[in-house]
Amino acid sequence: MDKETRMEWLVKRVAQEFKMGDVVNLGIGIPTKVANALPEGIKIILQSENGYLGVGPAPEVGKEDSDTVNAGGQYATILPGGCSFDSATSFAIIRGGHVDATVLGALQVDEEGNLASWMIPGKIVPGMGGAMDLVVGARRVIIAMEHCAKNDGLKVLKKCTLPLTAAKQVNLIVTDMGVMEVTPNGLMLKEIAPGLTFEEVQACTEAILIEPDKVAV
Amino acid sequence: MTKVIGLEKAISKIENGMTIMVGGFIGCGAPSQLLEEVCRQEVKELTLIANDTGILGDAMSQLIVQHCVSKLIATHIGTNKETGRQMSTGELEVKLVPQGTLVEQIRSAGAGLGGILTPTGIGTIVEEGKQKLVLNGAEYLLELPVRANVALLNAYKADKVGNLVYRRAARNFNPVMAMAADLVIAQVDNIVEIGEIDPDDVMTPGIFVDYIVHKQSQEVTDLG
Repeated sequence: MDKETRMEWLVKRVAQEFKMGDVVNLGIGIPTKVANALPEGIKIILQSENGYLGVGPAPEVGKEDSDTVNAGGQYATILPGGCSFDSATSFAIIRGGHVDATVLGALQVDEEGNLASWMIPGKIVPGMGGAMDLVVGARRVIIAMEHCAKNDGLKVLKKCTLPLTAAKQVNLIVTDMGVMEVTPNGLMLKEIAPGLTFEEVQACTEAILIEPDKVAV
Repeated sequence: MTKVIGLEKAISKIENGMTIMVGGFIGCGAPSQLLEEVCRQEVKELTLIANDTGILGDAMSQLIVQHCVSKLIATHIGTNKETGRQMSTGELEVKLVPQGTLVEQIRSAGAGLGGILTPTGIGTIVEEGKQKLVLNGAEYLLELPVRANVALLNAYKADKVGNLVYRRAARNFNPVMAMAADLVIAQVDNIVEIGEIDPDDVMTPGIFVDYIVHKQSQEVTDLG
């Protein structure tokens, strides 16, 4: 599989993690694409942390509403049944455990479920926005990212080296190479992207991966 | 009684060195004309409390570009590269706060609370220098109230006693900030007569709001 096909596999694979009616917050970038890849018959309620539930598709050209933007600042729509609220209510929804899952990108993630996604000291310090609250508050934290950094640097590590977004909150890591679950024993490679082997995924991963059939039950 | 006031007069109440909080989220729901007037009146040395510093070119970003702000408390610098530049050169002191924490710090100030306990930031650099409490086995950070001298807000509609109605995602920090400043000025798209907003539809009670400025309106009824 080429890179593009593997990225499509990643997005579709994340989209299988939800059940009907789940309240989900999608981060910017790869996570945003998950909304368009849901399995037939599954509907989820998307939350936008700037203050509404029921995020719909981007508006048609000419129908943009400057009061309806997503958390990335792009024009958006609110579906029938959706509702808007202030930032305190929005983060009560997030921190209070009312969001079933959040899907976010990452700079680094490690075998303890630690996540680094918000700053590279001396280089990129844009701010954490709502990410720290989302990772702490959402019932499930799913990381959706390319398995390796652009310079082929490893991102799935034994221990994050960048400043953390949150400690021990990640549940699942879905990359273009496979699906890894954070377990008390480390990262279990639950699924491997089509065409790859366990060894190929391990070679791109600093953390020691556990093969499901090698786990003592 | 009316709280409607002219733009210039409203902003003249902000003095150099004050702390201001400004509603909006990447420009959406930000009081653009109030901010433009702050720049025009060349108010300086402000401490700015806001979610972000907008998009380069918009009114919020101009507060930074025109050096009105010496200290910033925000969750994100937005796509305003000038904020990042001033941050790295040390021209601007920046404190970054998780969004859910900042909004509750502001809310707690307005609600008369001594602070809030949040799990957000535990195990990260956000916890540095803060008091931690363990309650029922869970760790929390004590985050203190945040208030300002002046709050600059944006709303869709107001009546003349200051009851406010917001639209869609433009609500964001505005209603929370309305409770947490000594002086509250709201820029509104529409002004209606007292009684024209149903009490059930009011999102910010007028008692929180001191002045209303009509967006794009040059003619004003002065409070005097």
